Amino acid sequence: MNKILIVAEHQDGKLNPATARCVSCALKIGGEIEVLVLAAAPDAIARAAAALDGVTRVRSAANPANAHALAAVLAPQVIAAAADFTHVLAPSTTFGKDLMPRVAALLGVAQVSDLMQVEDAHRFVRPIYAGNALITVQAPGDQIVVATVRTASWPEAKAGAAHAPIENLALDVALPAHTRFVALQSGKSDRPDLQSASRVVSGGRALGSAENFQIIYALADKLGAAVGASRAAVDAGYVPSDMQVGQTGKIIAPALYVAIGISGAIQHLTGIKDAGTIVAINKDAEAPIFEVADFGLVGDLFKLVPELQQALG
Amino acid sequence: MKILVGYKRVVDYNVRIQVKPDGSGVVSEGVKLSPNPFDEIALEEALRLREQGVASEVVIVAIGAADLQAHLRNGLAMGANRAIHVSTSDAVQPLTAARVLLKLVEKERPGLVIVGKQAIDDDSNQTGQMLAALWDRPQATFASKVEIGADKARVTREVDAGLETLEVDLPAVITTDLRLNEPRFIKLPDIMKAKSKPIEVLELASLGVSSGDHLKTTHYAPPPKRGKGVMVKNVADLVAALKNKGLV
Repeated sequence: MNKILIVAEHQDGKLNPATARCVSCALKIGGEIEVLVLAAAPDAIARAAAALDGVTRVRSAANPANAHALAAVLAPQVIAAAADFTHVLAPSTTFGKDLMPRVAALLGVAQVSDLMQVEDAHRFVRPIYAGNALITVQAPGDQIVVATVRTASWPEAKAGAAHAPIENLALDVALPAHTRFVALQSGKSDRPDLQSASRVVSGGRALGSAENFQIIYALADKLGAAVGASRAAVDAGYVPSDMQVGQTGKIIAPALYVAIGISGAIQHLTGIKDAGTIVAINKDAEAPIFEVADFGLVGDLFKLVPELQQALG
Repeated sequence: MKILVGYKRVVDYNVRIQVKPDGSGVVSEGVKLSPNPFDEIALEEALRLREQGVASEVVIVAIGAADLQAHLRNGLAMGANRAIHVSTSDAVQPLTAARVLLKLVEKERPGLVIVGKQAIDDDSNQTGQMLAALWDRPQATFASKVEIGADKARVTREVDAGLETLEVDLPAVITTDLRLNEPRFIKLPDIMKAKSKPIEVLELASLGVSSGDHLKTTHYAPPPKRGKGVMVKNVADLVAALKNKGLV
């Protein structure tokens, strides 16, 4: 019988939806599914995790040292909590990517990155070469499986009326003091979160400046969409780095993705291939983005985007 | 302070990789190879720290087959003082790479290890974190800014929520993100100079690390193709198409 431990990701006292996507992946593996909440004040996060369909138990460890997600501080706690588990999962977000290899190495096992599909409890499909190949990997059957879950490949588990029991854990492990949180500079906005939004509007280099990016924001607001960007737009300084979509940025799966002035490098396309419908607006009819777009429109974005915003009434 | 830099060779980022029809691997014959872009950023950062007087020596490390020498010469031409080639004919997974780097860390005693956050071939994003764990030292991953002080580093990280700044005691492991710096171009005289720089060759087995496969890859497949869509003539047609699909 598999026993799967999911390390909860949370921010500002709220459970990140990426955790609910890990629950869907764990359901596919099958077995008991427990969620580990490591936080300074875990109660509300633990309650949110306990409400997710499929979760059998939540283990909650309160510790002021967990106020910020420092991999070096969290890893020994994950290992202490994971003692009798067959699988440990976390989302393949910057949180999980930072933490899980540290956990795996301390356990002396390999890590499966970006788990897309489950073949069986030890056989998984994951992308390599920016998603240009998918490999099936077999993890040793006699070892704990440590994996990050490619969130765009899995739906969010729903929150139901039933609540799994919450158990408070006292993890008696020595925590290092060699890593200290200093600050988080967050581009807080009222727009939907890029990673979980059902609609995303992204802009690329063709926008030409940070000021011109306003037309992207305006269209996004009309659609109730999150805003993303290509690497070129981030490198050029039009928008902050947390908006980058692609191989080395965020991998997303919105129902609607609107790519504006984005040529469609393979590194960008790998971040959007799970989108439901892709719309591309670009002046270059030969741009690779049109190879993957469900609806393509060739023309001047500075004319077409305001027109589109208007047409959406 | 000495800085150790992971410097992996990968399939060039412009190559569109093809899966072999029998699913046994990807086509690698005749494919252009280049330094992993994130590792070039790691090397550039180390060189800048040396130029600032923070570091005294920059050592690059690559693990792989005998023909890695030309690749390492590239890193030496960029400015590394010397190179270590850990020789093995086996493909090396991140846990093995981290164990190898730990052995080299014990031998070289660097004040800082900088590696790319991921290699663009296997996209694992693991080696730096694994090394930090085995070494029992801090990690600062996905770095976009690095400031070295006395016995400490202040590192700004690109995280999903924005830019996070950490302070870590040295020695530590830093993994690089795209915007940490822009690697320099190699000039012809540097290529000549690199020819006389030392490359130490160590057999992987001599380090007491086995290259045993931790994860076995049993099958390769091309990704499912998205069906080619339609081109619409104007905004009105686009809006109509989206309305038709219930998307707006």
